[in-house]
Amino acid sequence: MSGKATRDAYGEAILELGKANPDIYVVDADIGKSCKTVPFFEQLPNQHVNVGIAEQNCCGVAAGLATTGKIPFVTTYAVFGSMRMVEQIRQEVCYPKLNVKIACSHGGFTPASDGASHQAIEDMGILRTIPGMTVVMPADYYSAKKLVKAAAEIKGAVYLRFTRDPIPFIYPEDAEFEIGKAVKLKDGKDIAIIANGDIMSVALKAAEELEAKGYSVKLLDMHTIKPLDMAAVNDVIDNIGKIITVEDHNILNGLGSAVCEVVAEKGKGIVKRVGIQDKFGESAPYEYLLGVNGITVENIVNSALEMLK
Amino acid sequence: MNNKEKANMLRGKARELRVTALKMIHKAGSGHPGGSLSAADFMAALYFDEMNIRPEEPKWADRDRFVLSKGHVCPILYSSLALKGYFPYETIYTLRVQGSILQGHPDMKVCPGVDISTGSLGQGLSTAVGMAIAGKRDNKDYRVFCLVGDGESQEGQIWEAVMTAVKYKLDNLVIIVDNNNLQNDNTCDVVMPTGDLKGKFQAFGCETQGIDGHNMDEIVEALANAREKNGIPKVIVGKTVKGKGVSFMENVVLWHGMAPNDEQLAIALKEVEGE
Ligand SMILES: Cc1ncc(C[n+]2csc(CCOP(=O)(O)OP(=O)(O)O)c2C)c(N)n1
Ligand SMILES: [Mg+2]
Repeated sequence: MSGKATRDAYGEAILELGKANPDIYVVDADIGKSCKTVPFFEQLPNQHVNVGIAEQNCCGVAAGLATTGKIPFVTTYAVFGSMRMVEQIRQEVCYPKLNVKIACSHGGFTPASDGASHQAIEDMGILRTIPGMTVVMPADYYSAKKLVKAAAEIKGAVYLRFTRDPIPFIYPEDAEFEIGKAVKLKDGKDIAIIANGDIMSVALKAAEELEAKGYSVKLLDMHTIKPLDMAAVNDVIDNIGKIITVEDHNILNGLGSAVCEVVAEKGKGIVKRVGIQDKFGESAPYEYLLGVNGITVENIVNSALEMLK
Repeated sequence: MNNKEKANMLRGKARELRVTALKMIHKAGSGHPGGSLSAADFMAALYFDEMNIRPEEPKWADRDRFVLSKGHVCPILYSSLALKGYFPYETIYTLRVQGSILQGHPDMKVCPGVDISTGSLGQGLSTAVGMAIAGKRDNKDYRVFCLVGDGESQEGQIWEAVMTAVKYKLDNLVIIVDNNNLQNDNTCDVVMPTGDLKGKFQAFGCETQGIDGHNMDEIVEALANAREKNGIPKVIVGKTVKGKGVSFMENVVLWHGMAPNDEQLAIALKEVEGE
């Protein structure tokens, strides 16, 4: 596989951002090494704070920095960034509309060997329910680099979810991305696959297999699940109607749910959600964890064939 | 003004703050008088003497910051802001009214002079630490004052924030603890003993002072001591009485979060004004 972890993209992008703008801060909670902020700390110590293993405080300190015009990136694992500090995010970041980013590695099953305690499967769903929060998961290293920079440009709260492990490249280095705007990876008219994050390569392979069987498949990278690209989803509903969502996240309240909400309110279209089946992971190979949850090329293809019958 | 005159002036301001807070809670029909009254003397000293602020320019970049970590006692903060002229005095009668800048807990987006939104206990001190770190990094002279409740100090996040303040040598941070030994359900001693708070902050590496939080001379002196630039965060633990100034509210847990009725307000105002 030719690829790279998106946490590496974060580490590189945040360093570039910090060098260009002295107001960019990183607020670490003792997992800077794992979240790739060490070069930032070494080269820009004056823009770095490490509060230790104290995530709630980490978020609050970032909020305080933001009141003075800094642009702090709280950096931790997705489990802690979405759950240990969720009320701090609500009270001190989203409610006061402060310009704080929550940048998290170890999204979904990508810390496969760490086991369930470190596999965030609920994070995007939890954070998408907070008013004012933007929720993003890039599908590869190149898009991650661009989306981190795009997040810094937005004034307000953004949750960024990265992978611990390497994932395949999807995009060329010079591709451009806009937060809240889906990327059309394939255009088609028989069925649509809407996916995001680390499983994009699985979705891509499934689309190719369906094409080999003679179907025309549309594939969207919905890297931002909030705000959802309504134009793109509505277009899929109106012109295709058959949708499969694919995500490395609980099928409850993630990308699949977000798409279902639009479909249900429109009263047309049908959705099959491929994702984590509302159960915890374990220490196991990444492919195994995806497999037991049906996040596989085979399951996506079979689901599509069922819908296309 | 010498120190004696200053303390006298501030005692008068504290009276005005108590009157204003009582009036607004009475009008709103709900709110938290007990912890507002226990903090009134500190608030008078901060807003009418110690803090370097510009009511006509609430977002002045070099201003001292105030963080009401125990956000439920916002009536005493709103009283301070009203009397300083951040907004017209009559606004106090819109506390907790739909569309008001005086939300049930402080909202920095709508209320001039509120430096951070609070209401969920245990969180404000972290934001104060963030503000103080920014001040240090930017070589600014402003200081950050943070009022913490004793019940609130049961939140673990308070101590996470204190460790951070000590690590980053935040001598521009002054933490004031309103040690009234009451919280929502009962006394702190019964609910969860907070013990020797001064000793605890000291053990975490802060420079601590223990004072009578209603003695204006002691408050003024403690705040003056806290100006020292020695790389150590400052903590003032004020022994206080919840409901201070209104005899039937003093040390009565019920008055943590209850509004006085017309009759009770009349008695309360008489007591406070005739002090
Ligand atoms: C996280 C959180 N838990 C509970 C509450 C509800 N609550 C509001 S005030 C209060 C008691 C606060 O006691 P203390 O900090 O001693 O304040 P004071 O006595 O000065 O009013 C509680 C439990 C809250 N606002 N936030
Ligand atoms: Mg108390």
